[in-house]
Amino acid sequence: METNQRLTDDHFPENPEKATLDGKNKFLGFWLFLGGETVLFATLFAVYIGLRDNHMDGPSAKELFQLPTVFLATMLLLTSSLTSVYAVLALKQNKVKSMIGWFLVTLLLGLGFLGLEVYEFIEYVHEGHTFTKSAFSSSFYTLVGFHGGHVLFGCLWLVTLLLRNWNRGITLTNAPKYYLFALYWHFVDVVWVFIFTVVYLMGKVG
Amino acid sequence: MSTLASHSKKSGLMDWLTTVDHKKIGILYLVAGGLFFIIGGIEAMFMRIQLFKPENDFVSADMFNQLLTMHGTTMIFFAAMPLIFAFMNAVVPLQIGARDVAFPFVNALGFWLFFFGGVMLNASWLLGGAPDAGWTGYAPLSTTSLGSGVDFYVLGLQISGAGTLIGGINFLVTIINMRAPGMSFMRMPLFTWTSFVTSGLILFAFPPLTIGLFMLMFERVFDANFFNPDNGGNILIWEHIFWIFGHPEVYILILPSFGAISEVVSTFSKKRLFGYSAMVFATVLIGFLGFMVWVHHMFTAGLGPIANSIFAVATMAIAVPTGVKIFNWLFTMWGGKIVFSTAMLWAVGFIPTFVMGGVTGVMLAIPSADYQFHDSYFVVAHFHYVIVGGVVLGLFAGLYYWYPRMFNRVLNETLGKIHFWTFFIGFHLTFFPQHFLGLMGMPRRVFTYLSGQDLDDLNLISTVGALLMAVGTIVLFINVIISTSKKYAPSEDPWNGRTLEWAIPFPTPEYNFAQTPLVRGLDPFWLEKMAGNKKMTPAEPVGDIHMPNGSILPLFMSIGLFVAAFGAIYKSILVGVIGLAITFLCMFLRSVIDDHGYHIHKKEVEEDMKEGRS
Amino acid sequence: MFAMLALLLMGCGDPTLSTLLPQGEVAKSQYSLMVLSLAIMIFVLLVVFIIYAIVLVRFRQKKGDDSIPEQVEGSHTLEILWTAIPIVLLIILAVPTVIHTFNVSAKEKAGKNELSIKVTGHQYWWQFEYPKDEIATAQELVLPVNTKVHVELTSADLIHSFWVPSLAGKTDTNPGDHNKNYMWLDTGSKTGVYKGKCAELCGASHALMDFKVKVVSKEDYEAWKTNFKSATAKSADQAQGQEVFKKNCLSCHAIGKEGGSTGPNLTGFGDKEKIAGILDHNKDNLKKWIRDPQKIKPGNNMPKLNLQDDDIEAVADYLLKMKLENK
Repeated sequence: METNQRLTDDHFPENPEKATLDGKNKFLGFWLFLGGETVLFATLFAVYIGLRDNHMDGPSAKELFQLPTVFLATMLLLTSSLTSVYAVLALKQNKVKSMIGWFLVTLLLGLGFLGLEVYEFIEYVHEGHTFTKSAFSSSFYTLVGFHGGHVLFGCLWLVTLLLRNWNRGITLTNAPKYYLFALYWHFVDVVWVFIFTVVYLMGKVG
Repeated sequence: MSTLASHSKKSGLMDWLTTVDHKKIGILYLVAGGLFFIIGGIEAMFMRIQLFKPENDFVSADMFNQLLTMHGTTMIFFAAMPLIFAFMNAVVPLQIGARDVAFPFVNALGFWLFFFGGVMLNASWLLGGAPDAGWTGYAPLSTTSLGSGVDFYVLGLQISGAGTLIGGINFLVTIINMRAPGMSFMRMPLFTWTSFVTSGLILFAFPPLTIGLFMLMFERVFDANFFNPDNGGNILIWEHIFWIFGHPEVYILILPSFGAISEVVSTFSKKRLFGYSAMVFATVLIGFLGFMVWVHHMFTAGLGPIANSIFAVATMAIAVPTGVKIFNWLFTMWGGKIVFSTAMLWAVGFIPTFVMGGVTGVMLAIPSADYQFHDSYFVVAHFHYVIVGGVVLGLFAGLYYWYPRMFNRVLNETLGKIHFWTFFIGFHLTFFPQHFLGLMGMPRRVFTYLSGQDLDDLNLISTVGALLMAVGTIVLFINVIISTSKKYAPSEDPWNGRTLEWAIPFPTPEYNFAQTPLVRGLDPFWLEKMAGNKKMTPAEPVGDIHMPNGSILPLFMSIGLFVAAFGAIYKSILVGVIGLAITFLCMFLRSVIDDHGYHIHKKEVEEDMKEGRS
Repeated sequence: MFAMLALLLMGCGDPTLSTLLPQGEVAKSQYSLMVLSLAIMIFVLLVVFIIYAIVLVRFRQKKGDDSIPEQVEGSHTLEILWTAIPIVLLIILAVPTVIHTFNVSAKEKAGKNELSIKVTGHQYWWQFEYPKDEIATAQELVLPVNTKVHVELTSADLIHSFWVPSLAGKTDTNPGDHNKNYMWLDTGSKTGVYKGKCAELCGASHALMDFKVKVVSKEDYEAWKTNFKSATAKSADQAQGQEVFKKNCLSCHAIGKEGGSTGPNLTGFGDKEKIAGILDHNKDNLKKWIRDPQKIKPGNNMPKLNLQDDDIEAVADYLLKMKLENK
């Protein structure tokens, strides 16, 4: 069977994302990649924690952060993680339309998150919290910006994926691709939970 | 759609630029790594000529700092790393009975990223001066260094680092998912094991470097404040991040070399590796401990006695698994029938040399004594004993051993032995006196030393030794050129090999194994030969073989980043955007064009088998 | 064996520079650890080399011998042996290692009987301050014999490393107030001039960032302090030189209580061991330095002043006459 044939319900494997060796390799390789990404963000967190109190004459974390906006952004991203789960469930049941629908919702929520982040950054800059202000501001924008960059990349990836496979149904070639995107999206979401806790909540409290 | 392509011979420039075949990528890595090895070697020679007498003025102070930075950076990232990847590519898929790596496209991308990273770094020589802050790039020396040199360092390493990281992931997946039937983890040859652990170290060690380089770049290009004490930054952050990467990096380099030595020692002693499981365990343990010892590079940075003591003891602990390896090699030879081929000569030279580098390593682990050793020539001697005496001797052993498999030629043994003796004697002559220079008060990274400090004689000896090493390297290149003659075609199974890479004919067929072999134990080919079989028992019937298509995209993706890096250095948004656009366009194309590869037809494979070509 | 090793290492190098000829207590304790570790390591080397030699001699392939050696899998006894013995050796080494690490580590505050010194690294010179006496000198650290010195280390620009091999191992001077370091240095019982080095790459002239530690008798030390404090920039017989100095140099270099602190303090310049830390102390070298400092220490912060020849002559004379005297 060719791997780019539209799968039908009669021949639908239990885990279409891992049904070929290529799929298995991608699945494992992507998990490993996320392992490396974890170390990458861990380093950024360590730097931020080391420098977050050195705000010099700029605003401190406590003065700066507006929790309502951040909370809204958090809810958007958490919800998008949930909708990507629904998309993967649809994928595993060969429900193409439902999968595309849930991925579109995921995309919109991700874009919403990005919009809020841009708005937040612009606010901060107005309050004197620029990238070059202090060690605190540099490490803040680097950590949160790296995450934002990951969200942006995820959105572009998802758009490409959806456009390419709009009319193709689910195949053994694109199933792993959808699946990996969902993995990536969850990872980005988990990182955000840590950012929300370590940067915003701890910044507000401590 | 996958197509049934005719099994035609491919060659020519386009093939090399588009290849995704691990065997050819291995050759590309070897050639590029060899080129950078020569460049790094020439830089070393300039430094030794400058230091052969006190107060010499062969090169200026500023030039010397560029030389020492480029020598270190080039040798670690652009010579040792690619040479290791060369052998991993050439050997690992064959050793596990696979037809290629898990991600052939990514494999090619990894090579091209590395290559353009190296070109990027070396372009600095022609564009206003090379980086001059040492390969360690300590802030604020690196953040305040004038000119663009350090920018080339940052972006060159960033690009090649990305290549290394994806290479590491590729080999992890390959080794986990692509082993032939029967090739359990505890039957994998040691070289595959060490490649596996090294790939794991790459996966976890390179991301901190990526972040460190980003921070350094932000500091230089966008005036960030990570390392600027005046704005709340902290210089120690760079040291920590660099060494959290840097120490595992040392093990990334040495482990595959250990693997090569294990294969060579076992093959030329005609014995299976003594204490195989202990060797595997020691490899894993060294890899694990490698992440817990970075502070021993920072004993004098002032982290306090508690941190220093913990990291001192952790560092000493690494001596135990390393010692286990040494004794296992010795007892592999014990009771064997040692054949002193050139490859074996390198392995035999490796053992005492590496032990000497190891014992000075333990001495350096003592913080209080390290206050005297640190940043002196004693350290220079130590790390050249482990990196040249360890990594490079291991790589040379591997080169002579696997050369027939890679190039379908053997290297001349006589020239090989001349290469060995000149290089080996030259090496000890160069670096043994440097221990004493350090103890006698000579700091490292000095462009000159004043006379009247009793440092003159040993420096002269050291320079003479370096010349001898250069002679040895020239002999190697003569040998390589001579080996292109047909006279040097290898015989079947030239070393009486034990592992799967020797179970296939020369030259290696494009698809490696006509039939995936069935592995019945450690040293599978040896087991079959002892059982009276000439070939491996196949694990599958002959059938169509699926092959990946070549692609030019990896090359262009890397060129895109190369261009974008120039945009970052010269602060040209246009150039940066063009570069990134090329890369993203290639990624987009890769994503939307389904490439299912092609099949080599069963009939062709059968024909090859009949004529002894596979 | 210890004695043999010690003998082997003794007599190596310049007695004012070599770590193998330690003078102060700190360097001596570091030397003792070096010898201990080296002894253990030479034992290890001997064991390995003996087995190695036996293997290479006994187990060569003999001509005409085509037999296959026995494929030994391993030996648990041997494995345990060569895991356990190194562990024991490392414990023997680790215990004194940890003890010494704590012993040589200095606290933030100096002890009662310790002389307190503040060292600041600059590109490419060293500033030495005596906080109690309000003395700031450069390039030559004057210390009394038999004294435990508490050193506070910091940097004005980037990382340097303060190293006097004969007296004590090195410690980095980090820029930034939160990364100050502290170390001990013991002057030992002998007077003499010891060589000091910068041990961390700090730019073009890193190799030339030498300094001296002058260990003098307690009386001489006291006299030096008194004279240093009473020194002035005035010089009766060198009026021209004084004028040139005031006009061109004083904004960066202090003599006595006058002058800036961007460059080295030049009080008592006439008594120094070296010019710029590296050249022999004579007028020719001083003139060379003033004429073009970049030629001698590339990348240092002293500009080329473009003085007239006779001004250079005058200021050189003036500086060389600046000796510390009893008044």
